[in-house]
Amino acid sequence: MNKHLLSINDVSTEDILRVLDTAESFREVGTRVIKKVPALRGRTVVNLFYEDSTRTRISFELAAKRLSADVINFSTSGSSVAKGESLKDTALTLQAMGADAVVIRHSSSGSPYQLTKWIKGSVLNAGDGTHEHPTQALLDLYTIREKLGRLEGLRIAIIGDVLHSRVARSLSLGLVKMGAEVTLVGPPTLIPPDAPAWGVQVSYDIESVLPKLEVCYMLRVQRERQRQQYFPSVREYSRLFGLTRARVAMLPEGALIMHPGPMNRGVEIDSDVADLPQAVIEAQVTNGIAIRMSLLYLLLGGARGEEATDG
Amino acid sequence: MMAPRLADEAEIRRSVTRIAHEILERNRGAEGVVLVGIAARGDDLARRLATEIERIEGVRVPVGALDITFYRDDIGMRGEAPEVKGTRIDFDVTGRTVVLVDDVLFTGRTIRAALDALVDFGRPEAIQLAVLVDRGHRELPIRADFVGKNVPTRKDEIVRVALKEVDGEDAVVVEEPR
Repeated sequence: MNKHLLSINDVSTEDILRVLDTAESFREVGTRVIKKVPALRGRTVVNLFYEDSTRTRISFELAAKRLSADVINFSTSGSSVAKGESLKDTALTLQAMGADAVVIRHSSSGSPYQLTKWIKGSVLNAGDGTHEHPTQALLDLYTIREKLGRLEGLRIAIIGDVLHSRVARSLSLGLVKMGAEVTLVGPPTLIPPDAPAWGVQVSYDIESVLPKLEVCYMLRVQRERQRQQYFPSVREYSRLFGLTRARVAMLPEGALIMHPGPMNRGVEIDSDVADLPQAVIEAQVTNGIAIRMSLLYLLLGGARGEEATDG
Repeated sequence: MMAPRLADEAEIRRSVTRIAHEILERNRGAEGVVLVGIAARGDDLARRLATEIERIEGVRVPVGALDITFYRDDIGMRGEAPEVKGTRIDFDVTGRTVVLVDDVLFTGRTIRAALDALVDFGRPEAIQLAVLVDRGHRELPIRADFVGKNVPTRKDEIVRVALKEVDGEDAVVVEEPR
């Protein structure tokens, strides 16, 4: 394993499997009466969140606590960041306080890379701008493998606002790496021009894609990141690309419906579709804790640099 | 040179049979007894003990597998995070007599970790320890209740138990340090 988790591209196929397999053990820990193990006692994990987040921050916090690490939540409001402190100075402060790992979410793509220059411990990217969200991709790979038994050869469509989605990029790269066939679907304005370079197909017609899928992955329309008019109206978007009951009927039997959350019910996914049994959105959240435990364990459970003693 | 063999298939089989008898004798039968083997190989031995106990007593005792990786005292001291094997305990240990099963008893650190792990699953009435080989050199105040074979060793030697289930043959061998 690399020291940091910045992009799914940095993780080899072998290491992806290691993360998923180790997560199986943490799923088992999650079923015990005492859902906590002493593996990372005495380690400190800092959650550094420059953007709002509920599930990712709580998931990382719970993961670190279930490994017995100490957790510090650092959010921008009510901290020195609100007083104008730079990322560098915040990082140096965390470094001086002895953080073993920093989990960062930031609106600027590439900020986790910056952070690695100032932090001696591991840096985990919890979402940077419109760039990557590797832990989401890993928990999605885990969930697909858990439900369908494999990743290789599966046909998966990632549908919606691909342009602003760090999840879409990380997940596409991860799926292609594991041998799945990925199709990106959305209005032409919301498909990134470099998408073919990810090794994926592109389609602008959801209904022609649905009948061939094993997994239908819906993305949130990220209105907060859209600085211009990418589609005429939410209603039109929903009519052209939303997952309705009628479209679910076009999916082959046993196909999964996934969504990284938070959902805009009635926009990209109909409310009753999100509650169907083949929608595994809650399993994604549960598996997220196990995946983040696995990552923290694998990144922090090895020797700390020069302190390494073998055998 | 071939590594010296401390026990072959027949000896391992006799040890397992004797330990099964001793477990039944000590606990006056199989009532309330559960077996928990420490992965890897302790879980295979636990299954063999359960089969023997069933043959002798006609009772099938529950068998679980315990991975102690997350409870090790050397996490963060080795190069990579230790590999995880997998725990499966499908029964409640509270109020039961748990017989922990491992292949080799050496420093006692694995057993210390296993005791910590086990009490996170409940509060057993008692915990006993069965091992196929006791090779000495304890670093903690831990002893086994049931021992297949006591083997005097040098501390730097490696004692390896091979089992058909994972290694294709039954044997106990001593290897020189690499």
